[in-house]
Amino acid sequence: MSKVVTRDWAVPLIHFENVGLRYGMGPEILRDLTFDIPRRSFQFLTGPSGAGKTTLLRLLFLSLQPTRGLIRMFDRNISSIPRDEFPMLRRRVGIVFQDFRLLDHLTTYENVALPLRVRGKEEASYRADVLELLKWVGLGERINVLPPVLSGGEKQRAAIARALIDRPEILLADEPTGNVDPPMARRLLNLFLELNRLGTAVVIATHDLSLMDQVEARRMILSQGRLDIYE
Amino acid sequence: MNENSIPRREPEQQQRRAEMRVRPTGPIVPSANVSGHALMCVIAIMSFLACLTLGGVSMVRATAQSWQSQISREITIQIKPDDNLDMEKALADARDLALTFSGTTGGKIVDRAATARLLEPWLGEGLDLDELPVPRLIVITIDENNPPDFAAMRTALTETIPQAFLDDHRTWVDRLVAMANTTAMIGSGVLALVFSAMVLTVVFATRGALSGNRHIVEVLHFVGAEAGFVASEFQKHFLRISLKGAGTGGLLAALSFAMASFWQSRTLATPESDQATALFGRFAIGYTGYLGIFAIIIVIALLTTLTARLTVMRTIYEIDLIRSDPGRTDTYQS
Repeated sequence: MSKVVTRDWAVPLIHFENVGLRYGMGPEILRDLTFDIPRRSFQFLTGPSGAGKTTLLRLLFLSLQPTRGLIRMFDRNISSIPRDEFPMLRRRVGIVFQDFRLLDHLTTYENVALPLRVRGKEEASYRADVLELLKWVGLGERINVLPPVLSGGEKQRAAIARALIDRPEILLADEPTGNVDPPMARRLLNLFLELNRLGTAVVIATHDLSLMDQVEARRMILSQGRLDIYE
Repeated sequence: MNENSIPRREPEQQQRRAEMRVRPTGPIVPSANVSGHALMCVIAIMSFLACLTLGGVSMVRATAQSWQSQISREITIQIKPDDNLDMEKALADARDLALTFSGTTGGKIVDRAATARLLEPWLGEGLDLDELPVPRLIVITIDENNPPDFAAMRTALTETIPQAFLDDHRTWVDRLVAMANTTAMIGSGVLALVFSAMVLTVVFATRGALSGNRHIVEVLHFVGAEAGFVASEFQKHFLRISLKGAGTGGLLAALSFAMASFWQSRTLATPESDQATALFGRFAIGYTGYLGIFAIIIVIALLTTLTARLTVMRTIYEIDLIRSDPGRTDTYQS
C-alpha cells in the first residue's frame, strides 16, 4: 500500500467539527470541539488536569474515535476509513507519549529506527539518517544504550526522535517537558521549533506556563470539555 | 534533517563519534525472557510426554498384533488314542490330509519326547506314553492372509480318522483380538487425552507468554506497523521457541526408546529383559514411531505459531476496539 500525501496546502491537516466524546455512559469529556490544525502550524494544548488533553491527543492520533461529530485527517473522514488503512495514516503522525513508551530491550538507536523498521526498510537505507537525528537531539553518544539506563530527559529526546524519524506531517507531544529540568525543557522546545521551521505541524500538550510564555504561538485551552483557541 | 541545524563538532568529538559503532540490530521481540524460557520448558515437557505416549501406544498395538498373529498362524490336530488305531500312521495320514488343503504351509507331528515334555509339569519325568491314553498332536502352520477352509478340513479329518479333532484356536484368537483391540483402544484414548492436554497447555502457555509482551504489540501498532507485520514478528519468535522446546522433548523421547531398545537387545534371555518383554513387548518403535515423534514436533511448532499469530491479531483487534468504542478503557487516558 503506498503512502498518499495530500499536497493541497490550503486544506488543514486535521479538521474537527462539533466533536464530542464520552467514555461509556459517563459524562462528555469533550464537547462540541470545532477547530483546525493547519499545516506547518505550531500550537500548545493546555488546560487543567483532567480537562481531556490526553483524550484529545488520542483523537488526533486515531487512537480513539469520537462519539459524535466529524474528524477529517489529511482530507479524509476518519469514520469512513477501513481499519486496515489506519497504520498508513498513523505513519503521517508522530506522537511522543507522556510515558515515552520506549522498548526496554532495544537500544536508543533501535528504538528510534523502529518506525522505519516496521515499514520494511533495510537498515543500510536508514542507518545514517537515524544516527544524524540522534546527534541532532543530543543522543549521539548514547546510541547503544538501553532505555533503563537513560535519564528522563534522554528518554524524552529518544521518544521525540522516534516520532520524527519518518518525517511526519504533524507531531503530537504529550507533556514533553514534564520530566525534565528548565534548561532541558528550553532545549526540547527549541528542538520542536526547529522541527516546525522545517515544515512539521506541532501540537504540544502541556501544563507548563513558563514554557508557553517562551514562544508566541497559538494556544488551545481545554476547560470542562470545551476548547478555547487564542491565536 | 537540515544539515545547517546540526551543531558543529570539534575534531576530537568527530573522531570519537566516528568510532561509535551501532550494535547488530536486535530482534523486535526480545529473544529471551522468563516467560519465554518457561514456555520452552512447558513445550519440551508436553512434547516429551506426547512422544512417549505415542511410542507406548504404538508398542502396545504392535505387541497385541504380535500375540494375535502368532496364535493365528497355527492350528492343531489332536488324535485321541484308540485300541484299533495305529497312532503313528494316523498322525502321518492326518498331517498329509491337512497339507492337501490350500492355505497350509507346513505340518509337524509333536513327537513322543516333545509330548512327554509338555506333560512333564503335571505328570513328572520318565513318563511312558504307552501306559496312558495321551492324545497326540500335529501342529499345522497356515498362511494368515489366506487361511484354509477349516470346516472342510474338519469334516475330511473326521471322515478319515474318527479320533481326530481339529482345533483352529478360534476361541483364543477371538479373545486375543478382543483384548488387543481393547488395549489399543485404551491406548488411543490415553493418546487423545495427552494430545488434548498438550494442545491446551501449549495454547495457554503461549498466550501467557504473549501477555507479557502486550506493550510491544501496542508500541508497534502506534508507530504504524501493520497487523500482519506485528503478527509475523511474534510468529517467528514463537516458532523458534516451540521448535527448540518440542525438538528437545521429542529428541529425549526418541533417545529413551532407542536406549531401551538397545538395552533390551543387549540383555536378551536375561530374567530382567524377559520380564520387561513380557510386560511391554519390544521397545523398538520402528521408523513409523520416529516419524510420529517428528510429526508431533511439527504439530507443536505449528500450534504455537498459530496461537501466537491469533493472539497478536486479537490484541490488535482489541486495541482497535478501544479506538472505535471510547467506553472501553485502557491504561492510556487522562
